[in-house]
Amino acid sequence: MSGEVVIRVQGLKTQFGSQVIHDGLHIEVPKGEVLGVVGGSGTGKSVLLRTIIGLITPRRGSVEVLGLDWRGASSLARRKLQSRYGVLFQDGALFSSLTVLENIQVPMREHLDLSKAFLDELAALKIAMVGLPTEAANKYPSELSGGMRKRAGLARALALDPEILFLDEPTAGLDPIGAAAFDSLISDLQKSLGLTVFMVTHDLDSLAAICDRIAVLVERKVRLGTMAEHMEDDHPWIHDYFHGPRARAAGMKFGDE
Amino acid sequence: MSKSAAWLDYQVQAGTPVLRAGGEWNVRQLADLADQLEKFEFGKYTYPVIDLSEITELDTSGAWFLKNIVDKSHRAGVETKMVGISAKHEPLITLVQQAASSSVKKEIPQRRMWLVNVENIGQAAFEVARQCKALINFFGITVIALGRSLRHPRRIRLNSLVHQVEQTALDAVPIVCLLSFLIGVVLAFQGADQLRRFGAEIFTVNLLTLSVLREIGVLMTAIMLAGRSGSAFTAQIGTMQVNEEVDALRTLGLDPVEVLVIPRILALLISLPILTFLSDVMGILGGALMAVAVLDLTLSQFLRQLEEAITLTHFLVGMVKAPFFAYIIGIVGCYEGLRVSGSAESVGRMTTKSVVESIFLVIIADALFSILFSVLKI
Repeated sequence: MSGEVVIRVQGLKTQFGSQVIHDGLHIEVPKGEVLGVVGGSGTGKSVLLRTIIGLITPRRGSVEVLGLDWRGASSLARRKLQSRYGVLFQDGALFSSLTVLENIQVPMREHLDLSKAFLDELAALKIAMVGLPTEAANKYPSELSGGMRKRAGLARALALDPEILFLDEPTAGLDPIGAAAFDSLISDLQKSLGLTVFMVTHDLDSLAAICDRIAVLVERKVRLGTMAEHMEDDHPWIHDYFHGPRARAAGMKFGDE
Repeated sequence: MSKSAAWLDYQVQAGTPVLRAGGEWNVRQLADLADQLEKFEFGKYTYPVIDLSEITELDTSGAWFLKNIVDKSHRAGVETKMVGISAKHEPLITLVQQAASSSVKKEIPQRRMWLVNVENIGQAAFEVARQCKALINFFGITVIALGRSLRHPRRIRLNSLVHQVEQTALDAVPIVCLLSFLIGVVLAFQGADQLRRFGAEIFTVNLLTLSVLREIGVLMTAIMLAGRSGSAFTAQIGTMQVNEEVDALRTLGLDPVEVLVIPRILALLISLPILTFLSDVMGILGGALMAVAVLDLTLSQFLRQLEEAITLTHFLVGMVKAPFFAYIIGIVGCYEGLRVSGSAESVGRMTTKSVVESIFLVIIADALFSILFSVLKI
């Protein structure tokens, strides 16, 4: 793992009205790391993700992605940066008026200059890579199941072979086999592409299986560490999270390794 | 050879031509690589070996392009061997090969254009027939539910009904009045212009009252309500459908027709006659203004002629149509709303459809009424 930092958040403060979500939050993600983000409901996991990808402007503090600070960036620099990361939203966020194939081609058409045949083949490759059946290519999002929409969303996020992948609860709503396949897919891609993955999740199995480090959001701040380190933490929420009945199965498996 | 970010090259090493690849083989260089490969006249010459040792960066698109080269040679009868794969890139190449082999087996179906068109026509025809049947079916369901509600008036959701009446009738008063007034003005002006040639300007009043009371008043109001309220019904119920609220109602033991549809239809049944009456009054008022202003008629002359021209029958002929139109607008609006499925886009599509359909059906019904009245000599 090289020491290069691809996501750097410093002194972040996010606030909606009088409600402070994050205050003085620091996070650094080195290149090639898989970071899992956990936290109770309403602790601002998704808000953090949306802040890092530039959808929410922080009240205070700086957010740097691939060396570019959102605040001072020109719109051209922003666009260029946007082609270097992929985002998978919670329910896929596919464009409902386009087929799966067209959805995957949207970022390609926007940022690349390729022939139609190339675009079709590349999109078909991404569809196969995320484990969707070929017939799904010409279907509309409303004709797909939740799990398939998620896969299609991942295919779109991977369309430009991004350097960073942002995932918002990628395995929520998938069956355990599908979720495990999703995990191994992300881990394969991560290894071969040197991808950095920033993953908001509740899935303890994913955390144990593929995450290098885990960021826990508590008290408007973040606590970073490996799973083993978090097991030792005596903060009540973290303790309950990693020692609860649901954690035991995943945690014990982790401990044996 | 000038070396761009990604390059292809060949060399003869120990008697075998070797294709050498290097640089950043990623999605951004793909178009460039395709051009370079073209220059090699790849179909004509083939290369049994491809050397990847100088590739510094590889992503799925690059790996796919490599596989493409190998596949092309394979089709030309030469097996190309990849050498010099770095350990870093090996898993990616394997991954893409696996994915691509599963995707190649089943080609994405491409259908012929004319065939698709013919098929679409047929499907559209069947769709229309299916929908007619479904709409008639829905009409039956609402009649039964309405009958049940009227027999047990307690089951009518009074709050919802009052709210809907406010939205469909009260809020529509200004726009209905204004438009009807303007239509009256236009009708009087156009009528007077034509009748003046026969020296029969005074009959403008007859023309105006007859057309406003019998046709225009009720038709204009119905069309406006179809655009205003029918579309709102579809959008409201459709959004509930998307959010699975309608399913939630069902599982809670509530009948969506009784809860959502009946109050809306009842509200329209109340609103449309009231608004039609207002529209009649405003239309004649607009005509009166025009007559007095342009036709050199005094108000008393206008009123005397009006008294002669107007009969209760004319008024009733218009009014009797109102509840029928209201029912049509109500069931089409609610039916299309309940048919929404899946996405937000479908809400928009169904809303448009509901407006077009209800206006169409209202005009058809109006035509049928005309025939009926002429047969009955009313």
